[in-house]
Amino acid sequence: MNVLEARSLTGSRGEARLFRDLSFGVAAGEWLAVRGPNGSGKTTLLRCVAGLTRPDAGDVLWNGELITRDRAHFHADLLYAGHLDAIKDDLSAEENLASALALRGVDAGAEAIRAALGEAGLDKRRQLPARRLSAGQRRRIGLARLILDPAPLWTLDEPLTALDDAGQRLFAALLARHLARGGVALIATHQALDAPAVRELRMDA
Amino acid sequence: MSAATHESGAALLAGSFGAGFAWAFARDLTIAWRHPGETLLVVAFFVLVASLFPLGVGAEAQLLERIGPGVIWVCALLAAFLSLPALFASDHADGSLEQMALSPHPMASWVSGKIAAHWATSGLPLAVLSPLLGLQYGLDADTLAVLALALLIGTPVLSLLGAACTALTLGARGGGMLLALLALPLFVPVLIFGAGAAQAQASGLSALPHLSLLGAGLIVAAMSLPIAVCAAVRVALD
Repeated sequence: MNVLEARSLTGSRGEARLFRDLSFGVAAGEWLAVRGPNGSGKTTLLRCVAGLTRPDAGDVLWNGELITRDRAHFHADLLYAGHLDAIKDDLSAEENLASALALRGVDAGAEAIRAALGEAGLDKRRQLPARRLSAGQRRRIGLARLILDPAPLWTLDEPLTALDDAGQRLFAALLARHLARGGVALIATHQALDAPAVRELRMDA
Repeated sequence: MSAATHESGAALLAGSFGAGFAWAFARDLTIAWRHPGETLLVVAFFVLVASLFPLGVGAEAQLLERIGPGVIWVCALLAAFLSLPALFASDHADGSLEQMALSPHPMASWVSGKIAAHWATSGLPLAVLSPLLGLQYGLDADTLAVLALALLIGTPVLSLLGAACTALTLGARGGGMLLALLALPLFVPVLIFGAGAAQAQASGLSALPHLSLLGAGLIVAAMSLPIAVCAAVRVALD
């Protein structure tokens, strides 16, 4: 049973205290929408949960265990997508996706990668160097990654940015599938997302 | 895929040193291959500068033979330094470094893989080319061999030291200047023993002590510096 829990997290960016004493729990099949104005600490919160940024105080637990205790184990379960897309301009969409999956130790196979890029709407462009893709198309490489990576915990920062309507619908469908499989998701977003079992976390500036 | 996949996700994705190293090494070589300009620039810089010296100081055979190893080493050092800033900066800027840090592999694995790839695209071609450049300085065959061997052992140390310095300057403004101030002094011991090996050989002494010290330096650097790089990368990402 997957469950993500934050216990009285306090985080800051430089001198500015962004959130204090923040606690929440997200169980299998649920997702938490992190909302709030710009600069309210959504990204910092996500980075704390992913283990990139150390919180000033408080703990993050994944399946009842501190994420700092067994990093490799936690990271094997975690898919993190920040607002930087980690896509290499010199590699094609196919190579970028294969490389991202290989880094996570996911053995998808060329056939599955092709199919996932097709599902994400990049079928004709999968061989092009990523420098020749538009912002939305680069985002779609990220969608293809969501299709293939079996990680049970998603931590996504503004995943809908630059996506068109069809792309946003595809994302909502992928999220619903992830939740139906017992996955957990933590998503910072401004848009309304049509997916079940949502819980909201409001951050104040 | 079923719900069962999620429950056993961690068991599916096991991190290991070998896998992380191989991933980073292969990826960085692929990117370097797609973008050969950078590697060629390093090699061209090395060849050009090392070829300018004989033109500048005149064709006096004895002088050239004496300064040859030292000049070639300084050129190699500056050429290797030239490609250092790119080692982590672009991965830091586009978010790849975050993804690597969040992979199940130990951080030291992909850090070492990246450093090895940096060496393969900077130090290695320089060491291979060095005997050709040595010919311009009238070095004899044995000295040329020792020169190449010393570069082969010494340039990985330069990549390791350089990587630690680049990682420290990640995200700092004016990082390039800071990197030069930080890295070049640290290269000095490598320069002394590296150039010393060929000079000893040229003057009829054994090059072995110099090469042994270089080798010892390489082992110590390879064991310790990746850990320092990891700490610096963690700070840069925080």
